[in-house]
Amino acid sequence: MSHIEAPDPKPRHRPSRGPRTEMPARPAEERARDFDEVNLGYSEEQAIAEAERCLQCKNATCIEGCPVNIDIKSFIGHIINREYAEGVAVLKERNALPAVCGRVCPQEEQCEASCVLGKKGEPVAIGRLERWLGDFDLACDLEGRCKPEVGEDTGFKVAVVGSGPAGLACAGELRRFGHAVTVFESLHALGGVLTYGIPEFRLPKSIVQAEIEMLAIMGVEFVKDIVVGATYTVDELMTEQGYDAVFVGNGAGLPVFLGIPGENLNGVYSANEFLTRVNLMKGYEFPKADTPVWRGRKVAVIGGGNVAMDAARTAKRLGAEEVFLVYRRSEEEMPARREEVHHAREEGIEFKMLCSPSEVVGKDGWATGLVTTRMELGEPDDSGRRAPVCVMDSEFTIDCDTVIVAVGTRANPLLPKTTPDLELTSRGYIVANDHGATSKPGVFAGGDIVTGSATVILAMGAGKRSAQAIDRWLAGTSR
Amino acid sequence: MFPVVYKRQLSESVFEMGVEAPAIAHKAKAGQFLMLRVDENGERIPLTFSDWSAEEGWIRFIFMRVGKTTHKLSHLEVGDSLADVVGPLGVPTHVEDLGRVAVVGGGVGAAVAYPVARAMAAAGNEVTVILGARNEELLILEDEFKALSLKELIVCTDDGSAGRKDLVTAPLKELCAAGALDHAMAIGPVIMMKFCSATTKEYSVPTTVSLNPIMVDGTGMCGACRVSIDGETKFGCVDGPDFDGHAVDFEELMSRQRVYVDDERLADAEYSRECRCHT
Ligand SMILES: Cc1cc2nc3c(=O)[nH]c(=O)nc-3n(C[C@H](O)[C@H](O)[C@H](O)COP(=O)(O)OP(=O)(O)OC[C@H]3O[C@@H](n4cnc5c(N)ncnc54)[C@H](O)[C@@H]3O)c2cc1C
Ligand SMILES: Cc1cc2nc3c(=O)[nH]c(=O)nc-3n(C[C@H](O)[C@H](O)[C@H](O)COP(=O)(O)OP(=O)(O)OC[C@H]3O[C@@H](n4cnc5c(N)ncnc54)[C@H](O)[C@@H]3O)c2cc1C
Ligand code: SF4
Ligand code: SF4
Ligand code: FES
Repeated sequence: MSHIEAPDPKPRHRPSRGPRTEMPARPAEERARDFDEVNLGYSEEQAIAEAERCLQCKNATCIEGCPVNIDIKSFIGHIINREYAEGVAVLKERNALPAVCGRVCPQEEQCEASCVLGKKGEPVAIGRLERWLGDFDLACDLEGRCKPEVGEDTGFKVAVVGSGPAGLACAGELRRFGHAVTVFESLHALGGVLTYGIPEFRLPKSIVQAEIEMLAIMGVEFVKDIVVGATYTVDELMTEQGYDAVFVGNGAGLPVFLGIPGENLNGVYSANEFLTRVNLMKGYEFPKADTPVWRGRKVAVIGGGNVAMDAARTAKRLGAEEVFLVYRRSEEEMPARREEVHHAREEGIEFKMLCSPSEVVGKDGWATGLVTTRMELGEPDDSGRRAPVCVMDSEFTIDCDTVIVAVGTRANPLLPKTTPDLELTSRGYIVANDHGATSKPGVFAGGDIVTGSATVILAMGAGKRSAQAIDRWLAGTSR
Repeated sequence: MFPVVYKRQLSESVFEMGVEAPAIAHKAKAGQFLMLRVDENGERIPLTFSDWSAEEGWIRFIFMRVGKTTHKLSHLEVGDSLADVVGPLGVPTHVEDLGRVAVVGGGVGAAVAYPVARAMAAAGNEVTVILGARNEELLILEDEFKALSLKELIVCTDDGSAGRKDLVTAPLKELCAAGALDHAMAIGPVIMMKFCSATTKEYSVPTTVSLNPIMVDGTGMCGACRVSIDGETKFGCVDGPDFDGHAVDFEELMSRQRVYVDDERLADAEYSRECRCHT
């Protein structure tokens, strides 16, 4: 054994000391009037400049920060070396939809929060680099695109319920193992929240479609307009339809309302309804598209997450003169991605922080205002956040003709109701272990339906782990 | 794509259509509905099954031409296809032997009432059907109802052009007053369901109504269809469409149905101009 190390074939990387490379975005006045994408993405030069800031750490802590442990150091290394296709391959190893995650991951809490550069200055813009590589891949013709290898046909058939990130990731991984996969989607369009929830200006639908096409090329079969639990039950899929295993990734799409008086007045929407009318049904093209959406002049959006930001910015784009964001806590506590908060502010969304809505008032059946009470921050609660408490006699009314409730979603009971042996939590979510196994043999679950509303990358991670567990489970069964 | 396999015009503005959809036909039950989209830019609209055959793999629905989507739908012929059909959705009508049951069908609601009356009769109930329409022209399915084994079929028109010149609430009240009813089902325009429920409430006759709030997905995802039942918010598509008529806030439902009236009129007017078929 020789102790002489092989010489490094690549020139030694000398990190640049430049500032974090900003990503170009369209000016606020322009973009707030249409639905085209806000961010423009890096150019090749910008991507290289940003990649060169990376220290290529021996102990790359960033990798731990990514929920699916993408080898961040390696994909950035490939950008530094101008080996883009190789970089894409590294991403795809762990993440089926890099162009999506690069755009929507809360990087400031995940990978970028764990980058050593962030300790003293600004972390490497990992998300923007991931987005750039993802877009690089999508811009190639089919031949040039990174196409995951499909395994040899195993003869097993797996049904995937739901075409959101969890279902898509699970389906892709199952094909790599060689199982036949059918994805059943209840809506008339594929993609889950990526299609009906997150707006075009943040995540162009063409990107989601291109990724789904790649899965179709890999042999995933997609069937729309099937509500599992109504058209077929899970049991029927496994008996009459001959599927050997089922993955349930139906999300947590049931909108929650506040239960305050006046919530059923006309002009009051759940964020899900509002965003569905606009994104899925193309309400902004009414009457060319047949589905109308009520275009308010003064809109109050209740909530502080990504969903609330998306609803507020969508309302603005539909022509609202004033859009208020009403949130019970303070801005630091808002769960939305920092970038969205920043963009929303730039676009003229008015933040009404520490305000708790108590009633929607109306006239002749239509909303005319939102009564709110001012709050102040008290002691930290169980979640470590300082709980807001009411300020006495501080009630005031926000004049508005539209109220959009974006305070979260719950599990939809439609599927569990017809699958009696599926164990649920007290709040109706499916109980599944780390590998997605549920109480019902052969049935796996992952994504929002297990965790409650979370993130795209967590749903994809769960879908992928479930696929691996399904593969092991199938290996132990006899045909 | 879902091919149209059957079409029949029941009156000037009411049509029955059959579509090939084996998976749905296999599961459909009385009182359930489907969501359909005519084409790529189409709206999703709910329609109740009027009939189905699991063996032959088709479903049927009866619709009234009221706006752009039903207008487009009325132009489809056998051999054309619908972009999307989803179902069966909603909780099936609770069918059991309740004794003496009145099924009231008003206007196009008769289409929804038909499978309900059929199922109720099959479950051993003594069923009286009260059919209401503005005039004879708009009266639908009379022969189909006659073919069921009913105790009685009572026809009412506003102008007396067929059957009694009365509102459906008149015979309903007589049945209640005679103590001849154990249960009532009212299916039709909201205003009719409201007055039927008020009538039966006086006599404490339990009453089921089939609500038709505006819907988007029909699967519990949007909340557009919310209705107030005894002060509690329910989703029409997954908790209903059947509810206790004595607990429904009908005023709220009527108000909520009006949200898009102006938009819809605009869309239909524009469509009519383009297709130049008729007014
Ligand atoms: C407006 C909005 C903005 C968001 N922004 C971000 C963001 O910026 N970053 C981020 O990381 N996360 C974001 N999220 C959260 C993220 O989108 C979700 O956590 C993620 O999509 C969950 O994936 P999933 O596959 O579990 O479920 P979903 O994406 O909800 O997909 C479930 C799919 O299953 C279908 N389905 C449901 N029931 C059935 C049934 N019975 N039969 C057949 N099909 C069924 C649904 O129609 C849907 O297509 C956002 C969510 C929303 C609503
Ligand atoms: C569960 C359910 C079952 C239904 N079953 C049937 C059926 O079997 N046959 C049938 O003809 N109709 C039925 N409807 C009503 C049907 O869905 C509407 O007539 C249809 O959506 C109108 O679409 P449109 O585009 O043609 O008209 P639009 O342009 O949408 O509307 C035209 C007019 O109809 C009114 N309208 C719109 N939606 C509804 C609604 N949901 N209920 C009542 N009025 C409405 C509008 O306010 C407007 O005045 C049902 C509705 C529900 C919720
Ligand atoms: S998937 Fe998300 S968390 Fe992971 S590296 Fe990419 S942007 Fe960061
Ligand atoms: S921690 Fe930061 S600097 Fe180090 S390898 Fe990861 S991205 Fe590069
Ligand atoms: S129609 Fe969307 S929840 Fe009922």
